[in-house]
Amino acid sequence: MKAAVIVSPGSNCDRDVQVAIRQSAGTEPLMHWHGDPELPDVDLVVVPGGFSYGDYLRAGAMAAHSPVIREVVTRANRGVPVLGICNGFQILTECGLLPGVLMQNAGLKFICRDVNLRVETAASVFTQNYLEDQVIRIPVAHNEGNYFADEDTLNRLDAEDRVAFRYCTRHGEIAAATNPNGAARNIAGILNKDRNVLGMMPHPERLADRALGGTDGRPMFDGLVETLTAAA
Amino acid sequence: MKARVHITLKNGVLDPQGKAIEHALGGLGFHGINDVRQGKYIELELSESDPAAARTSVETMCEKLLANTVIENFEIDLDG
Repeated sequence: MKAAVIVSPGSNCDRDVQVAIRQSAGTEPLMHWHGDPELPDVDLVVVPGGFSYGDYLRAGAMAAHSPVIREVVTRANRGVPVLGICNGFQILTECGLLPGVLMQNAGLKFICRDVNLRVETAASVFTQNYLEDQVIRIPVAHNEGNYFADEDTLNRLDAEDRVAFRYCTRHGEIAAATNPNGAARNIAGILNKDRNVLGMMPHPERLADRALGGTDGRPMFDGLVETLTAAA
Repeated sequence: MKARVHITLKNGVLDPQGKAIEHALGGLGFHGINDVRQGKYIELELSESDPAAARTSVETMCEKLLANTVIENFEIDLDG
């Protein structure tokens, strides 16, 4: 399987993603600079976390117009799986691949801690190795993770089973108290209509190795590698 | 020609920073403030001299980059 990790000025989780992919795939992902629009043929694109372009104007707004992201949009529309994590999720909403927007956390503070997530759907290449309603522990680290979309969009995401993860208690209950950032309907991650694009605020790559204190993020990378290696 | 762009949150979109400002003003003894909403202000120096063309151009800039129209409105003032 060939994966590309998009590197922008200010990306800071690109290497974590590189290590997670290397560990699951046994091959090196391509680290692709944002300014180079010539993206080679790859089976997976990851837009990692960080503070691309210093989060100027709005988080992800500048990176969404970088040369390579135009190409990522074209690939996504052709069916190539695209995973956006944290700042990557913000970029995917700004470039229009995913609906809604990530606003500043309702508590006005940067949040950096582990959260519990309920897997809302296993029907995607990203979540297939989890069970529906499984509770996993994954870290968040963001200042703009407050997912917002109009009611029609939120209803459509629910009706089409496109919410991938919600913030929950240890036992999987969805409550206002378990919502770290004010996100609408406790949404932590969503899929596009064709289910080949996932954006999520939590960082699965940061808990994908026992040495990091947990492996709940690893099934996402293992699942991608299994499916995309078989397809290649 | 100068373009002044005001970007504000749409009605109904929560503005926690505005709320924090409101509380801080209350703490300083300013009373009678019913609501605070905060936004962005951007100035652009344009070489275009035709107001209609300038407005069209700045509108496109707002839609493409300066504002996120899911949550924000924009207003454009031109002078010069």
